[in-house]
Amino acid sequence: MSMQAEMPLLVVEHLTMRFGGLVAIDDLSFAAHRGEITALIGPNGAGKTTVFNCITGFYKPTVGRIALAHDATTTQTDLDRLTNSGDRWRKADGRGLYLLERMPDYEITAKAKVARTFQNIRLFTGMTVLENLIVAQHNALMRASGWTVLGLVGARRFKEAERAAVERATFWLDLIGLTLRADDPAGDLPYGDQRRLEIARAMCTGPRLLCLDEPAAGLNPKESLELNTLLRAIRDDHDTAILLIEHDMSVVMEISDHVVVLEHGAKISDGTPSHIKNDPAVIAAYLGVDEDEEEAAEAEIEGLQSGLDHGGAR
Amino acid sequence: MDYFIQQMINGLTLGSIYGLIAIGYTMVYGIIGMINFAHGDVFMLSSFIALILLVLISSALGALGIGIALVLVLVIGMALTSLWSFVIERVAYRPLRGSFRLAPLISAIGMSIFLSNFVQVVQGPNNRSVPPLLQGYLTVQLGDGSFTIAYKQMLIFLVTAVLLAGFWFVVQKTSLGRSMRACEQDRKMASLLGIDVDRTISLTFVIGAALAAVAGVMYLVQYNVVNFADGFVPGVKAFTAAVLGGIGSLPGAVLGGILIGLIETIWSAYFSIDYKDVAAFSILAITLIFMPSGLLGRPDVEKV
Repeated sequence: MSMQAEMPLLVVEHLTMRFGGLVAIDDLSFAAHRGEITALIGPNGAGKTTVFNCITGFYKPTVGRIALAHDATTTQTDLDRLTNSGDRWRKADGRGLYLLERMPDYEITAKAKVARTFQNIRLFTGMTVLENLIVAQHNALMRASGWTVLGLVGARRFKEAERAAVERATFWLDLIGLTLRADDPAGDLPYGDQRRLEIARAMCTGPRLLCLDEPAAGLNPKESLELNTLLRAIRDDHDTAILLIEHDMSVVMEISDHVVVLEHGAKISDGTPSHIKNDPAVIAAYLGVDEDEEEAAEAEIEGLQSGLDHGGAR
Repeated sequence: MDYFIQQMINGLTLGSIYGLIAIGYTMVYGIIGMINFAHGDVFMLSSFIALILLVLISSALGALGIGIALVLVLVIGMALTSLWSFVIERVAYRPLRGSFRLAPLISAIGMSIFLSNFVQVVQGPNNRSVPPLLQGYLTVQLGDGSFTIAYKQMLIFLVTAVLLAGFWFVVQKTSLGRSMRACEQDRKMASLLGIDVDRTISLTFVIGAALAAVAGVMYLVQYNVVNFADGFVPGVKAFTAAVLGGIGSLPGAVLGGILIGLIETIWSAYFSIDYKDVAAFSILAITLIFMPSGLLGRPDVEKV
């Protein structure tokens, strides 16, 4: 199969987001491929989180198409036909195709299978660790429990669905090493564990695309390494592609297969990590900022370069 | 001593009814941060539904027994009241979601006025009554005194306890309950986990109304009369109970309801019946001065 014929998992085309007179994203097009970790980087205020908000249905884009194709054999013709039909999504022979800009946010998770995390941790702190993972499997459980009614009378179908949900939750708890804390309130976990629990919770929705907004923020080097291992395991073992926003360049350079660089809402570079590090436009973007941001930018460039130097060796 | 125990029993009966209504206030507040002022009138409406059903069913069943009639009234009454509440949420609150904070509140007050006036027009402004149900009572000897527990009081305790247990199970142990708790904490995050938030909110209104319907039936069993304006005072008392217990907290609502019921009854028994509401609300004011988030409420933590 040639690479050209394959439709990527996520195709963002001509995405524009205006807030009044402010253009947060300006005609942005990029793709995220199956089995890859795609990083979205750029100086502060470049519009990275806004892109995430458009993909996950927080914002309705002013202009643009955001298509998600579960199956690689989906063609451009399929996409055009769906776009012209006015429908939000189509699923035939298990080949789901979704126009995310048309879908409400809960459908994007439930049907299109996109999950996300935020810069700040948004666990359900009052629930236990296990409950956080089970609530993410809400839809399957609700269906199996016949809208709670069958569940209350203890129907077998529901018992099985519940066991499956707990099994899946336990699998992720093992992977992130929190099995022993399953019944503790999620809010009691240390910061790094909360970060990983959030990713595990997102994975419990069974996503095809996992969007992570600065997953390494605030982690110490050891936790950061554990995170890298977790993300690689997700990419390699779970048929889930990852799209991540990250400031920590050592993380970006080490684990991403593909990097998209934004500045002022527009794409300035797109390619492999080694391509990005030598792209003059990227270097300029990180240096040519307002005076007061210059120091921050220089620090970030240093991070970028040291990340490049050490990243390959690890 | 026996007099005191008698008053405690009366207070608990009243408190159970307040508690059942208070759950509806506290659940809706927990999930969408709105005081559903129409909830007291939903309770009143359910009492009228029970009254009509009771007349219909007892004339149809004849002497077949008050037990079957009550079960039917309870089940059908819960279903119909839930339907009303579902429609109210759809028509009056959902279109205003995302509007400014006061909009649904004003809409709720409007709904409250609409419901009581609607019942006034349809059922007339006078008290409507049913023949006394379950008239017997049990006399308990205690030392040289005695106190009585009416069968209807037993029924109210029993039904309330069973329903609260069932309700607690739904909230704590089922997927529906988990999604309700998730929406309560972070609606946006819940929808990102695939939970249909609008539907969960609808179900919250439905469950709250079903519990209010139980309260409505029990109110009718206890007092035998109902009036179109009867939604207001029990509604406000139940709201007070929810605030006293800590608004947003389910056990708090029940505890608050029982406390308000007890305070009111004990005060009427030992001091002045005219000032029973003053007593109840004074206790509320004092509690809130020292415990601003109520007895079992979680203090508001600023999110950063």
